[in-house]
Amino acid sequence: MSIKRVLYKSIVGKPLRSFALLFICIIMSAAVYGGAVISASLQNGIDSLEQRLGADIIVLPESASEKVKLENILLQGTPGYFYMDKDIANELAAIDGVDKLSAQYFLVSANAKCCTVQVQIIGFDEDTDFSVKPWLREAYSGKLGKNEIVVGSDLSTRVGHSLTLYGVECKAVGKLETTGTGLDTAIYAGSDTVRGLIKAAESKGISVLSKQDPADVISSVYIKVKDGYDIDEVSASINLGIDGVQAVRTKSMITGTADKLSVISGSVRLLITAVWLLSAVIMLIVFTVLINERKREFAVLRAVGFSRRRLAAQVLLGSLVICFVGAVLGIGICTAVVFPFSRLIERKAGLPLLIPDALTAAGYAFAALAAVTVTGPLASAYSAYRLSRVDTGRILREGD
Amino acid sequence: MNITARNISKSYKRKGISGEVQVLCSTDIDLESGKICLISGRSGSGKSTLLNILSGLLCASGGTVHYDGTDIYKLSDKELSLLRCSRTGYIPQVQSAVGTLTVRENVLLPSAVIGKGKDRFAADGLLERFGLTELADARPDSLSGGELRRLSIARALVNLPQAIFADEPTNDLDDENSRLVFEQLRKSADSGAAVVIVSHDRLAKEYADVVYCMQQGSLNREKGQL
Repeated sequence: MSIKRVLYKSIVGKPLRSFALLFICIIMSAAVYGGAVISASLQNGIDSLEQRLGADIIVLPESASEKVKLENILLQGTPGYFYMDKDIANELAAIDGVDKLSAQYFLVSANAKCCTVQVQIIGFDEDTDFSVKPWLREAYSGKLGKNEIVVGSDLSTRVGHSLTLYGVECKAVGKLETTGTGLDTAIYAGSDTVRGLIKAAESKGISVLSKQDPADVISSVYIKVKDGYDIDEVSASINLGIDGVQAVRTKSMITGTADKLSVISGSVRLLITAVWLLSAVIMLIVFTVLINERKREFAVLRAVGFSRRRLAAQVLLGSLVICFVGAVLGIGICTAVVFPFSRLIERKAGLPLLIPDALTAAGYAFAALAAVTVTGPLASAYSAYRLSRVDTGRILREGD
Repeated sequence: MNITARNISKSYKRKGISGEVQVLCSTDIDLESGKICLISGRSGSGKSTLLNILSGLLCASGGTVHYDGTDIYKLSDKELSLLRCSRTGYIPQVQSAVGTLTVRENVLLPSAVIGKGKDRFAADGLLERFGLTELADARPDSLSGGELRRLSIARALVNLPQAIFADEPTNDLDDENSRLVFEQLRKSADSGAAVVIVSHDRLAKEYADVVYCMQQGSLNREKGQL
């Protein structure tokens, strides 16, 4: 028998006591790790969205009114559409400070037999686009032909397979990486394809336009501002100079979500700290209470030749082992819950959630493991010190 | 091993009492290999305190304790702990088995401290000697008072100590078990160990070579000569 076995038996020999401590550690590590991952996922989601919007200003018809509407389309995948006269693009090009612009077309597939799924369809102009193509290339590097589409990661359609939209067979030529936003449930196509789909919808009796010809409308215009120009000033010029449209700075469009995210992120961090502190206090109390329960056991160990340092090490190592195992279990359980159910959490929270990559997640896991593992020894340090100072003779004479 | 204690004094602070309570005052004692020394006296007279000081478990307020010429309280805690473990055996007054270990593991505990924990033969020999072989893999909570006492003695003997300190080793035991305990301690003394017993048990006197009576913190010799 070795000293290690004495330690091992002191843990497994008191399963209830060990499990209670283990449970605290599981909760603590799950909260620390899960909180960190969710907080990072929210930040990643908003970063990804910001990156993918790719433009400085988005111009929408005034009738689309609240920017929230577009925000919902982009963030939560709420299907929606609106249109304005395509000549507005020419007016916008004449505004001082506008460097590049490109129109987009929104359409929603119907929840009917003619369509495989009801999703947001986003059309872009292959010749002028600068906001979609750069990251669309990750999924498809060619030029999108007529009735060719690129699908978001959440759609089950595989590359090479087709989707029926308003009775039109559209072939999926690429599939995008996950963004954690509503864009994951969208379909991207060239402007000709979307115009064709609008016509097909009309022919199916589903009227998305009031009177105009699909060739004469656009949904939004993405604008890149020239270097040296103030984005807010260009945006104001558009709002003042062109009737019936509203120019929205992309950053401000997601400000509401970013603010909400910031509050949630802050709350998550606060929660992590609170759980960690609470668990540390509980551990401190538990270890202090355990002193009395284990006084005789430690007095015996002292009597048979354990030095004070070895006795203290025995307490610290015991708590270290339990905390380490608890942390590993907590992180494991959290991984099993957060990662597979991130989509569900995203939908319930109504916020973009992009889980960090494996290396970053491993970093968080390691940090949580370290934080929880050192908490036990820290919480038991005072108990260890007191135990190592007990009057062995008195305890072995009086029994407590 | 010869143990010499000189001018041992010990005083405690007690809750609710101002000042210190003097338990031992200028006590001298010599312990010799192969002899059993019995210390008797009234409860609270300081017998166990003296035993703990002699065994290296409790530092005296004054005086010295030498093991073969080495002042044990001048050693570091680590050195003293190792000395206690490798050269002495301690039998406490109360039941003192570690509940999470089996009977055999309890007996092997002092061996584990000095890295000889794999020496199962020594443990099994002691278990047989104390009639605990069949209980070797049992947990202490299934043992009777007598069996637990025998376990404490077996544990104290596992490292073949040169000095054995027994604090009321027959407390709560019947005559038959008490005799068994004293016989084992006699055998250890006969093998060369210095044995110190603190006991009220009348039987103890039959086995002791030297008998001291502790009165008001001082020792008076009643029987024998070292």
